[in-house]
Amino acid sequence: MNSEAANVALTGWQGANIAFWLITIVVLVSAFFAALSRSIVQAAFALFFCLLGIAGYYVLLGSAFLAVTQIIIYVGGILVLLMFGILLTNRPLQRDLPYSLWLYTLVCLSGLLLLAAIETVIMIAPWHQAATISAPASDVRPIGNMLLTKYLLPFELAGITLLLCLVGAAYLVRRRER
Amino acid sequence: MNELSLPQLMGFVATHPVALPIYLIVAAMLFVLGLMACMLRRNAIGILIGIELILNAAILNFMAFWRFRGGLDADPTMSGPMFGVFIIVLAACEAAVALAILLNLYFNFGSVEVDKMQQMKH
Repeated sequence: MNSEAANVALTGWQGANIAFWLITIVVLVSAFFAALSRSIVQAAFALFFCLLGIAGYYVLLGSAFLAVTQIIIYVGGILVLLMFGILLTNRPLQRDLPYSLWLYTLVCLSGLLLLAAIETVIMIAPWHQAATISAPASDVRPIGNMLLTKYLLPFELAGITLLLCLVGAAYLVRRRER
Repeated sequence: MNELSLPQLMGFVATHPVALPIYLIVAAMLFVLGLMACMLRRNAIGILIGIELILNAAILNFMAFWRFRGGLDADPTMSGPMFGVFIIVLAACEAAVALAILLNLYFNFGSVEVDKMQQMKH
């Protein structure tokens, strides 16, 4: 088991382990409700906890910057946008119509099948893990350096895409003169 | 592995650090749940929530691969977090445009249920 030997290099992993399993419980339960809850408002609230938990994963994986980005943009931006969308377009307190039973079973069965296939592949594949995994360090400076050197073109393209999307969204919801 | 009892499982969890396949399995579960939401939901915003779950599963995979390849020292170009940041930016774009389209559909059709949208032009 070379992966075990590799992981000994991680110091203080017990605390991270406990945090990981707690976060996993939160993420999977809330993702289940976000995906399958009947009420759409409930699903959005469950997505909130799911995204927060995934930000916790990013901290455990050594990128605090990505965790903060996730909380600011996903939780603070996209989720609020989704909430506005729900409240503007729905009778929010009314529940969705019940799904037809055969569709429900079909979706659940195909989902479980797909999950089983993916997990079989993950279990079978010989994953290579690096011998030494660097200790968590501040990652803001390297990310800033890389954004303005190696990833400059994607960075600028992402900026232009954001601008175009905002203009396009404002154009789409404009008040039309009929 | 199949005959693992619960105390044995707890002992395994307590004595083994979390490795790459566990992160991959969690991400696979998130992906499948998102896919199920996309297939099952009638409300278009529910489908959007499913897409957000799928995107997060993808970022989690990128981050796990980056981390267990060695992290910051082995890959100073920060490919994992960088993928994550760009995916989050594009998800923000996607959510904004999708909600604009949904508002238009709501004005035209009176609901955002995807079953009722069967015409291109109202």
